[in-house]
Amino acid sequence: MATPLVVETPVIRRQTQAGDIVARWVVTVFAASILFVTALLVYQLWTGSAPSRLKSGFGFLTSTQWNPVTEEFGALPFIYGTVLTSVLALLISVPLGLGAAIYLAELAPARLSDALTFLVELLAAIPSVIYGVLAIFAVVPLMRSHVEPFLKSSLGFLPLFKGPSLGVGFLTAGVVLSIMTVPYIVSVSRESLLAVPREQREAALALGATRWEMVWQVVVPYAKLGIFGSIFLSLARALGETMAVTMVIGNDPKIRASLLAPGYSIAAVIANEFSEATGATYQAALVELGLILFVLTIIINAVARLMIAATTRKGSKRS
Amino acid sequence: MSTVPDYAPESKTAQDRKGAPLPTPTPAPGPKLRATNVNFFYGTFQALYDISLDMQEHLVTALIGPSGCGKSTFLRNLNRINDTVRNSRMEGKILLDNEDVREVDVTNLRRRVGMVFQRPNPFPKSIFENIAYGLKINGMAKRSEMRDKVERSLRRAALWDEVKDKLHESAYALSGGQQQRLCIARALAVNPEVLLLDEPCSALDPVSTAKIEELMLQLRSSCTVAIVTHNMQQAARVSDVTAFLLEGKLIECRPTAQLFTNPADPRTEAYITGRFG
Ligand SMILES: Nc1ncnc2c1ncn2[C@@H]1O[C@H](COP(=O)(O)OP(=O)(O)O)[C@@H](O)[C@H]1O
Ligand SMILES: [Mg+2]
Repeated sequence: MATPLVVETPVIRRQTQAGDIVARWVVTVFAASILFVTALLVYQLWTGSAPSRLKSGFGFLTSTQWNPVTEEFGALPFIYGTVLTSVLALLISVPLGLGAAIYLAELAPARLSDALTFLVELLAAIPSVIYGVLAIFAVVPLMRSHVEPFLKSSLGFLPLFKGPSLGVGFLTAGVVLSIMTVPYIVSVSRESLLAVPREQREAALALGATRWEMVWQVVVPYAKLGIFGSIFLSLARALGETMAVTMVIGNDPKIRASLLAPGYSIAAVIANEFSEATGATYQAALVELGLILFVLTIIINAVARLMIAATTRKGSKRS
Repeated sequence: MSTVPDYAPESKTAQDRKGAPLPTPTPAPGPKLRATNVNFFYGTFQALYDISLDMQEHLVTALIGPSGCGKSTFLRNLNRINDTVRNSRMEGKILLDNEDVREVDVTNLRRRVGMVFQRPNPFPKSIFENIAYGLKINGMAKRSEMRDKVERSLRRAALWDEVKDKLHESAYALSGGQQQRLCIARALAVNPEVLLLDEPCSALDPVSTAKIEELMLQLRSSCTVAIVTHNMQQAARVSDVTAFLLEGKLIECRPTAQLFTNPADPRTEAYITGRFG
């Protein structure tokens, strides 16, 4: 009985070891390819933007002129448009999305919650060009004939709401981006709220908390890492969103204080102008804009991580 | 399949609670807590059958019985925390100071009937904030009084000396036994008249367990205590009255010494002598 075992065991072991080695190499190569792609991306952006970087230097970041005919290239209007529309989007989508997530996770009857969550996840998967079409046919007319006139008549004394109601511009782009990012906030935040242990909820209720006190003071703080995560995910999407933004932002490279005015964003100008960019500097300027967007995204991710690390340290480390 | 926690809606709000003067415990004739003919259902599954049980003021009542016999379910009806379980239903009556617990404001009921759970469940906040939370939501302390009240609760839970230098550190930095005493302090902070403890020591080491048992004996002077325990020595050590439950039914409820030395029911005897459960 013992003899066959002794003979067979090494064979089995050798096979497993060979399999292990192959698997190990395969996954290592896959992992390395991630590094490789990132490195390639940085290399391409860096060398591709070289003519522009050498020509304008840091002035590229601060110049407000964008005139391909005279070969003047400045990034500031695009940075401004990108950041402004993303911030507007978050101002709308964070309260909306968090509110909806709380409703779905804590208040809605189970059947309704499941149905709505399914819809929300569907919304997150819709291609952005569809949102762009929706925006042109629904959001733009609505903004032009109702929202913008209303804002001007009620808050028109602020420089933020001056100028003609065009329907396209920073505000419309922000609204469309908020519609696109709400599903992310809802679905990720809802998951994190549902992951809060029952014991935490019961601890609050047992002290005499109302349902709302329990949700707002115990459940939401417990889930805050996931909620932050959903917000940064949305911000990343808003910064890089191309199609829907270019369809409603007005595509005018100007810095204007009014939210009703048309503007431009980094992603939109790259998409619109890259194929017809003649001349080495023009093309390089667009690549450099891409580099700026890349760096912007990295900075936001870094800030997100720092914030998460800071909140985790502050008395909230989970065991 | 639903992933939503099974919480049934609760109708009561905090409105009438905030600012209202705290009711002073009036010595009522009769028991502090009285359950009469309580049946309880999780959906179609009946977990409690016709339980009638009195808990006298300032006594420790132990609930013993094999796992799954309904001890937690019974306890969780006393502060109506089981109301939050979807599709659950209670029949019968539970009276606190002769008032039906289903007719008083549920948040005020839970303030008066505190609860400590099987696994320590501090909030992911500082030690101080954990205690202060209940005081805040019940409007029970001004800012200036907060520190004193927090200290008093921690002293009552015999935790003050161990944490007084790190009140603003995370509660999760404490050991399991300390966390459980923190949860007791958190419950005591809002001056409950009744304290319910659901196997508070089952996750703890013997030293922590001894500390909590000692605490229980002291608490008797200010609270009415109900403790669920798996451990019969513990029941014998800390309780005045012991109730034995089996398969959702109350088999017998008598002074602890009598129940352990001279059980009336053969099933009780079988359980306490370790023949099942
Ligand atoms: N939320 C619930 N839903 C359905 N059944 C439950 C629930 N909680 C407990 N039960 C059932 O009720 C019975 C009593 O449980 P429990 O009161 O927790 O017992 P014990 O605390 O005595 O161990 C068990 O059969 C258990 O499976
Ligand atoms: Mg139990």
